[in-house]
Amino acid sequence: MAAPADTTRRSDAARKARRSERAPSGGWRTIAAKELADHLGSVRFVVLLLVIGVAAVVPMYFISSDISGSAPALAGQPALFLALFVVGSKTVGGVTTVAFAALLVPLVGIAFGFDGINSERSQGTLSRLLAQPVHRDDVVNGKFVAGIAVIALMLGALVAVTAGLGIIRLGIIPSPEELARVVAWLLSTILYASFWLAFALLLSVVIRGAASAALVGFGTWLGLILFGAFLLPLAANALFPPNTTGTANDYFASTTAQQVFLRISPATLYQDIVTALLNPATKSVLGVGNLGQYVSSQEQLPSLLSLDQSILVVWPQIVALVAMTTAMFAGAYVLFLRQEVRA
Amino acid sequence: MNARPREAAPPSVPDEAGRAIDGGGAEDAAVAGETGAALAVADADTDADALAADEPAGADAAVPAAERPRPRRRKTVTELLADVPPDAVIVTRRLTKQYGDFTAVDRLNLTIRRGEVFGLLGPNGAGKTTTVLMLLGLTEPTKGVVRVVGLDPSREPLAVKRQVGYLPDNVGFYGGLTGRENLRYTAKLNGIRRSEAEPWIDELLHEVRLDDAGDKKAEQYSRGMRQRLGIADALVKRPSVLILDEPTIAIDPSGVEELLLLLRRLVAERSLTVLLSSHILGQVQGLCDRVGFFAAGRMVAAGPLDELAGGADRTVELEVGIEGLPSEIDPVAMAVPGVTSVAPHERDERLRIVTASSDVAAPLATALAGANLTLVHLRRRGTDLLELYRRYVPEAVDGRTG
Repeated sequence: MAAPADTTRRSDAARKARRSERAPSGGWRTIAAKELADHLGSVRFVVLLLVIGVAAVVPMYFISSDISGSAPALAGQPALFLALFVVGSKTVGGVTTVAFAALLVPLVGIAFGFDGINSERSQGTLSRLLAQPVHRDDVVNGKFVAGIAVIALMLGALVAVTAGLGIIRLGIIPSPEELARVVAWLLSTILYASFWLAFALLLSVVIRGAASAALVGFGTWLGLILFGAFLLPLAANALFPPNTTGTANDYFASTTAQQVFLRISPATLYQDIVTALLNPATKSVLGVGNLGQYVSSQEQLPSLLSLDQSILVVWPQIVALVAMTTAMFAGAYVLFLRQEVRA
Repeated sequence: MNARPREAAPPSVPDEAGRAIDGGGAEDAAVAGETGAALAVADADTDADALAADEPAGADAAVPAAERPRPRRRKTVTELLADVPPDAVIVTRRLTKQYGDFTAVDRLNLTIRRGEVFGLLGPNGAGKTTTVLMLLGLTEPTKGVVRVVGLDPSREPLAVKRQVGYLPDNVGFYGGLTGRENLRYTAKLNGIRRSEAEPWIDELLHEVRLDDAGDKKAEQYSRGMRQRLGIADALVKRPSVLILDEPTIAIDPSGVEELLLLLRRLVAERSLTVLLSSHILGQVQGLCDRVGFFAAGRMVAAGPLDELAGGADRTVELEVGIEGLPSEIDPVAMAVPGVTSVAPHERDERLRIVTASSDVAAPLATALAGANLTLVHLRRRGTDLLELYRRYVPEAVDGRTG
C-alpha cells in the first residue's frame, strides 16, 4: 500500500471517491443506451430495414401463393409452415427468405459496427468519453450490446412480419414446434449477425478511417460469399488430395477434410445451423465420414426430428460460431484496451 | 483497467543506468518555485536516475573510486512523495513516458496546489498532452509517480476521473446531438440524476454563453462554440480539478479573450485547481499563477511568471521607433540614465533596440519628446512569454543533446 504520509494526505473527497470506485460503474448501460438511440435514428437503420424487409417479404409472398395454390395436394404435409421460409418460388428464381437472410445479415452486422471506435476517435469524442468515470471496456461492451440490440430488434420485427404474412396468406396456424423452430432460427441469425458485428468492431479499433474499415468489412463479406465456397475446398484438395483409387474410407477421409475446411467459414456454419433448424428431416448436415456412417444413413427410416434433436445435430456448429464471435470480440476488446487514446 | 504494482519501480533502462551524473541534491523545480525561490530551473539530470536499478557490480570496476558515480538505489514512492505539500492536488515525481526509443516525457516533477492555476507551456510535441493523459490515467507512465487528488490514476482511474474535468486537445462532440444532449450524456456517464443534471446544465450553458445555441446540433457549432461547450462539459461533473489541453487553440483573438475571461471567472467562483497547457504563450499569461516551460519532454523552468521574467538578468530592452531616421534616436537614448546600449533592430530597420539596466520607457519618451522627435513605437521586450521562452528552451535542447 501507499506510504503512510500519502494516505493521511488523502482528502475526504478522495476517500469517498475510492469507496464508490468499488461499485460497478455500469457505464456500459449508459453508452449502450446512447448508441442504440443513435442507431435507431440513423439513416442506415432505415435503409437496411427496407432492403432486408423487401428481401424477406418478396420470396415469402410468392412462395405462399404457390403453396396455397397447391394446398389440397400438400394437406397433411408436415412442417408446412417452415416451408414458407426454406422453399423458393419459381417466380422469383427460387430464392428463399432464408437464403436472402443469410446473404444480407452480415451486411447488417458490419453496418452497425464498422465505425464504432474509429468515428469516436475522428470526431474527437473518444478522449472526452474516456475522461468520464467509465472503464475503457464499457465503451466496447456498450457498443457491442447496442449493436446486438438493434440487430435483434430489426430481425425480430422482420421475422414477425414475414411469418404473420405467411400465416395470413396460407391460412394455416403453425404448430408450437414450428414456431419454436422459427424462433431458434431467429436466434441463430442474431448470433451470426453478432459475429459480423464483432468483426466490424474489431476493424473499427484497428483501422483508423471509418470508410476503410467499412470497405475491408464488406470486402471480407463479399469474398467469403463469392469465393469461400470454392476456395476453401480448393485449399482442402491441395492439402488432402482426393483419393478415388483407395479404399472407401480413404475416399471418405478426403471428403471429410473438405467439409472441415468449408466450416472455417462462418457462412457455412450458419448454413448448417439453418438447414438443421428449419428442416426437421435433416439428420446430418455433414456428409458421411466413414463407411459405417454411410451404411447406417441408408438404413434410417425417413422421420422428423424434434427441435432439441435438430439442435443437437448442429451443436458443434453453434459452439463454433459462438467461439468465433467471442474471439472477434475479444480481439477488439484487447486491442482497444491497449490502444493509445491519442490518435 | 491496467493495474500495475504500485510500489515496484519499473525496470531500468540501460541507457540511464550508464549515465554518470550524481543523484541527490537538487530541488524540484515546481516545489522550489512555490517555496519562494526567485527562479527555479528544473535540473532533470541531477537526481535523475534514482528510479533506475543499481548498477551492475563489475561494470565500472576499472574506474577510480573517486570518479565512480555514487551507487544509486531505487527511491520508494514514499521517498519520492516526501516533499509534497499537504494541499498538493497534482503531483508528479520523475514521471517518464517512453514510446519505444522516444522519450515523450522525461522525469517530470510537478506540484500543483489547491486553487492554483498552472500553465504548462511549450511547443507542439513537447509532451504536454502525454503528461495530461498520464494525469488522467488514460496512458500508463513508463516510470515515476503520479498523484491526482491523492490518488494514483493508473490504479484508480475512475476515482480520479470523477473529480477531474478534462477539456481535450481538439475537443469534439457528437454532431447528431445538440449541445445540451451532449452535456446530458456526460452527466449520465457521471451518474448524475436527470433531475439534478437539468438545472445544472442550464446554468453551465448560460455560463459559457450558449443559452441559445444549446439546442442546436453540435455539428453546427463554430470552433469557439465547441471549445466553450467543452468547458461546460468538463464542468458537468462538478470537478475540483480542471485540466485544459490547449483551450485557446484555433480560436480567433476575440474568442480567446472571451474564453480566458470565462475561465478566470470560473476559477474565482468555484475555487478550482487548473492545469492548462498551451503553445501560444501570450494568450494564457494573464490567467496563470505559475507557469512551467516544457521542451522536449522536460520541464526547463517553472515559477511565477514575473519571477521567471526577472530571473536571469534584469536588463530591459525597449523597441523604439520615431518619425524620421532611426539613427536620430541613438544620441538621445544614450543620454538617458541607465541606458547601456542602442542597437539597430534585428528585423525592422525602422526600429532601435535600447538596452537599459532598468525600465527607462518613461524617461526615454520624455527625452525623445524633448529632442523634438515624435515617438511612433515603444515596446518593452522580455516581459512576454515569447522572450522567456527563447531564453529557456534552447538550453533545454542543448542540455539534451550535449
